[in-house]
Amino acid sequence: MANRTVIPFGPQHPVLPEPIHLDLVIEDEHVVEAIPSFGFIHRGLEKLVEKKDFTEFTFIAERICGICSYIHGMGYCQAVETVMGLEIPERAKWLRTMWSELSRIHSHMMWLGLLADAFGFENLFMACWRLREGILDVIEETSGGRVIFGAAKVGGCRRDVPDDLLARIPAQLNAVEDELRAITNVFRDDFSVRQRLCGVGLLSRNDAYDLGAVGPMLRASGVAQDSRLDGYAAYDKIAVEPIVEESGDCWGRTMVRIREIYQSFDILRHVLPNVPPGPVDMKITGAPKGEFFARLEQPRGEVIYYVKGNGTKFLDRFRVRTPTFANIPPLLKMLQGCQLADVPVIVLTIDPCISCAER
Amino acid sequence: MKQKPLTMTRVALGSLLRKPATVPYPAARKPVYLATRGHIAIEEDKCNLCLICDRRCPTGAIAVDRTGKTWAIDRLRCIQCNHCVDVCPRKCLAMENDYTTPMQMKRSDVVPVPFTPPQPKPKPAAAPAPTSDSPLQAKEERPGERNHEPPDQSSAD
Ligand code: SF4
Ligand code: SF4
Repeated sequence: MANRTVIPFGPQHPVLPEPIHLDLVIEDEHVVEAIPSFGFIHRGLEKLVEKKDFTEFTFIAERICGICSYIHGMGYCQAVETVMGLEIPERAKWLRTMWSELSRIHSHMMWLGLLADAFGFENLFMACWRLREGILDVIEETSGGRVIFGAAKVGGCRRDVPDDLLARIPAQLNAVEDELRAITNVFRDDFSVRQRLCGVGLLSRNDAYDLGAVGPMLRASGVAQDSRLDGYAAYDKIAVEPIVEESGDCWGRTMVRIREIYQSFDILRHVLPNVPPGPVDMKITGAPKGEFFARLEQPRGEVIYYVKGNGTKFLDRFRVRTPTFANIPPLLKMLQGCQLADVPVIVLTIDPCISCAER
Repeated sequence: MKQKPLTMTRVALGSLLRKPATVPYPAARKPVYLATRGHIAIEEDKCNLCLICDRRCPTGAIAVDRTGKTWAIDRLRCIQCNHCVDVCPRKCLAMENDYTTPMQMKRSDVVPVPFTPPQPKPKPAAAPAPTSDSPLQAKEERPGERNHEPPDQSSAD
């Protein structure tokens, strides 16, 4: 039997932009076991809810993550609105859907770039990020921020988007989509990319389900699960088909995300012309009393918000279960038996956002 | 699943022939949008030092000093959330679209406010304050009060 060695991986690592630490138990270049440790950037956001007015906590909820910021803010608002029994205006629901899909596109494009960076394809990395700028421009023009939208509020949206701007966005999206095809073809067809991704980090359908994988991780292993089917915001009026791949490897997860980008473009093309006229927010009176779990689909997977109010302006309890947190056990499973050189790619394919996981 | 050679070469050659995607800052600047949240500006003439922005700012970036009659913002703490603009009763705060120049030293931008608050005990000789028309003043006069406003205020506008 070969000697076992423990190699520390992270929290500072050249290819891994996320502060997670893994102790990799190695036998002959193969990982036998991975032991994670967390807590490098714990921020105590869940405790802060006791000190902030529940309407102002939206700003903090939005800043749980710097990538899926909008859906965090929106999920928190959605949970509070349900506790308070508010039915937000239709236009707000459609705008929320629009921003959710925009953030899905920009998150997946960013992830594609990071993946290219992880297997050493700098040029592809830059190409992905250049195209992502086009989406960030749309986000900035509609919401005012590039990554922190600042558009969510309890009772609707903080800002309205003029109709002429809504009419202009599809052309901008189409331009990005056309250019994106060439890039995603590289991920799909390129020999070296396939060498790095195909058959690497296998996660079987049963393991994915049993270990509680969420989002593209789960769907790439053949489980058709997507929280958008629950019909929050305006998703009850939009046909969303979960994107499923059967291979369960890194390549499958890449393909799920790529196809989700195009699906989001399609959803946006349906949403933008159909945003109904009307107000975007409503006056809220009183304070939340009761508790609720909200489930939303983030780019990284299903996210859960638990809110418990006691009838005052300060909530009793707020809890977020972020998708990265749910995807850590499947990650540890995937790392067992893989090559040491594949570890960065495998870790990246869960689209880790450790800062979210450590709220 | 068919693998194709040279897919990336085509993308790379395309980039080679294209104009640079970046902007040669500072010679040229990316245009800002009407919605862009750049930085907070104050029209100090309208401010009545009511302290609402100071209390409601989620990061505590604004410091309003009633005795020294200044309004100050620590731009490194400000997260451009626009909340102060929403809550200011005198509408004297605005979110400008352009970003501030990077700082070389950590400091607050202090703006003197030419507002005369009404005296708690009017002295016989003192002239009446010219702009003491705010209904908020009596309420805001309580010292040390750090309560939040009722939650429905933020959705009022
Ligand atoms: S809320 Fe407006 S009026 Fe009141 S202190 Fe701030 S800037 Fe001045
Ligand atoms: S924009 Fe937000 S963080 Fe900045 S000063 Fe205003 S309230 Fe404070």
